[in-house]
Amino acid sequence: MKLILTEEQEFLRDTAKNFAQERTPVAHFRALRDSNDQNLWDKDIWQEMVNLGWSGILIPEEFGGSNFGVAGISVILQECGKTLTPSPLFSTGVLGAYAISNFGTQEQKEQYLPKILNGKITTALAVDESSHHDPSKTSLTAEKKDDKYILNGKKTFVIDGASADVLIVLTRTSGNSDELTGLTLFIIDSNADGIDKTKLDMADSRNYANINFNDVKCSNQDILGALESGGETVESILDIGRIAISAEMLGNAESAFETTIEYLKQRKQFGVLIGTFQALQHRAAAMFCEIELTKSAVMAAVHGADERSNELQRLSSLAKTVAGETLHLVSNEAIQMHGGIGVTDEYDLGFFIKRSRVAEQIFGSSTYHTERYANLSGF
Amino acid sequence: MQNLEEFRKEVKEWLDKNCPPSMRSGADPSIPVDEVWGGRNAVYKNPESKIWLDRMGEKGWTMPTVPKEYGGGGLNAEQLTILNQEMFAIGAKQPLLSFGIWMLAPVLLEYGSEEQKKEHLPKIIKGEIRWCQGYSEPGSGSDLASLSTKAEDNGNHFLVNGQKVWTSYADKADWIFALVRTGPKEPKHDGISFLLIDMATAGVSTKPITLISGKSPFCETFFDDVKVPKENLIGQLNAGWAIAKALLQHERAFISSFGLGSGMGSGRDLVSIAKKYIGEENGKISNGFYRSQIASHKIKEHAFGLTFKRARDEGGKASATASMFKLYGTEHNKKRHELMIAATGINGVAWDGDEFDKEEKNLTRAWLRTKGNSIEGGTSEVQLNVISKRVLGLPS
Repeated sequence: MKLILTEEQEFLRDTAKNFAQERTPVAHFRALRDSNDQNLWDKDIWQEMVNLGWSGILIPEEFGGSNFGVAGISVILQECGKTLTPSPLFSTGVLGAYAISNFGTQEQKEQYLPKILNGKITTALAVDESSHHDPSKTSLTAEKKDDKYILNGKKTFVIDGASADVLIVLTRTSGNSDELTGLTLFIIDSNADGIDKTKLDMADSRNYANINFNDVKCSNQDILGALESGGETVESILDIGRIAISAEMLGNAESAFETTIEYLKQRKQFGVLIGTFQALQHRAAAMFCEIELTKSAVMAAVHGADERSNELQRLSSLAKTVAGETLHLVSNEAIQMHGGIGVTDEYDLGFFIKRSRVAEQIFGSSTYHTERYANLSGF
Repeated sequence: MQNLEEFRKEVKEWLDKNCPPSMRSGADPSIPVDEVWGGRNAVYKNPESKIWLDRMGEKGWTMPTVPKEYGGGGLNAEQLTILNQEMFAIGAKQPLLSFGIWMLAPVLLEYGSEEQKKEHLPKIIKGEIRWCQGYSEPGSGSDLASLSTKAEDNGNHFLVNGQKVWTSYADKADWIFALVRTGPKEPKHDGISFLLIDMATAGVSTKPITLISGKSPFCETFFDDVKVPKENLIGQLNAGWAIAKALLQHERAFISSFGLGSGMGSGRDLVSIAKKYIGEENGKISNGFYRSQIASHKIKEHAFGLTFKRARDEGGKASATASMFKLYGTEHNKKRHELMIAATGINGVAWDGDEFDKEEKNLTRAWLRTKGNSIEGGTSEVQLNVISKRVLGLPS
């Protein structure tokens, strides 16, 4: 498939661009950060995004979605990334919608998809249990007792976990930590008895939670995908998430880069524009190239996802690695090239480096994915 | 307009009849392989190399989209795709390597007069004349426009005096396309002309250059009172700089393909080299530090390859992206060779003698040769300048 946008995707991008620039410029994020809003995302803004159909991009048409695919949601996230738009679009419109649409039973689809589509519920995917992403290190147990499963353990860094109505939880039903076998996914109401959420205060001022599970009861009907196949299922969901977050990170990088180039064309020192200095020009040109490579990697991964390519895992790791490294570089260089103003809270750039470092950790850092890419490639 | 399926059928039949067995995949490995550059003094180890060149040249298929009146194939884009597909299908060898095709012909088509196109293009396409490029001078490398090889107007001819350097295969070429100074030194860009010179003219001489990697195709080329007919001037007098720049774009696109596996260093796989010399454990390169460096590099090359594909899919617009490809293609190629010699250890820096095998000694030379990749055709620093000024619009 060609690495270009279709007309449909261009239309989605233009809509998202207008929305992000007009409804959620960076000032919107700043206001939320400075407010006492517990969600750190705005309910009315989210409803506007829902009304544009964005929570249904990955939902099949028979359930009212548009089925525009990962390519569709990625161009939206990229534009939202440019203005650091905070919303549950990633946790719900990507992870929840994809997981339930692809692995849910007919009953689960009928129960959840219409509510995701109309904004009645948001979802969160609870995978990690320590400071580093690693689905194989799952030790939260789901013990079978009679016709119930009893969940005990703790999940960390659950994205939008502080506000989610529904949780998709990775549990261990057999085997030992360090194995991707013996895992099972459950869908649970986040207000169920025994669930205790603690909001996390992260550098990027987004919505995260640690979640404790104390004798939480689930039934067979709550299993997402098959019993004991949660490892494979969650990897499939995670790969879509990794690609989608890479698109958002690309948007972050493009925006920080553009701001920096504009600054180089305005700021004067020693009586000349600092953009005339070759020491800065070459670093700016290098960033441009890295962003171009990132665009290609993300686009190839997006197509791989929509075509269900057998290269999908490798492309997902490629995209997350490259997006992570590029955003890391650009967020650092943007601040350095701005000088003093770049490290003030008053200036928006600081938001991008904070977002960068958190996003780099989401579903595996560049280091994690370089290792995964090497394993998948037989290095 | 001819039906495309009919055209495909014709191409298939023609290739079937005309592409000699040793010019296709599955050729007998005992038959020697020629690097076919054509020209007056070409020698062929395998006579079928010459037959293949002549037949393809006659069809104009060494430059398939050039109009037939100039000796080209006269194909449109769809027909070109079909020809490429059918050649690929039988693993047909490219019949001709040629600076004439890669660099001069596109420029002649854009800037040459009708007579010049009719005179030179057919000979390029048939591989009858082998060209070399006379750009750099001892005092003019990155600052190419400061060149001083002089062409004085002597009535019915130019009198050329000066020296060129880094002229690849000048000792084997029949003609040279050269930048010469026909006007004042200041402003330096406005006194340059683009001139075609027959290397057999009295006063032209060449001397090969030995590189850090050993023997090389590069030469120094000297012009000592060389008389060049006036009709060999391309474009207007003193308006050669625009032509020079257009040609550089073609050259950069060509050099950047090195980093993608074609050209130098191809055939050597970094991962298998690492497994061979460092060792393998459970199918993995046994040293974790080497393995992570190699993986990081492979990821960069993968993303770069995808960027190449994306540029093609977008329709290959923007000359400035040629600078990006030149920059990354060559820098990646250097990095890949550094990783290869590091993984090969002591044997990766072998120079000569029987204690090391041929592959090892070749790797050392190839690694050293890559150091020139990011210098020739515009240094990496020049590419960064081009990107920052033309793409990003940063001020001068």
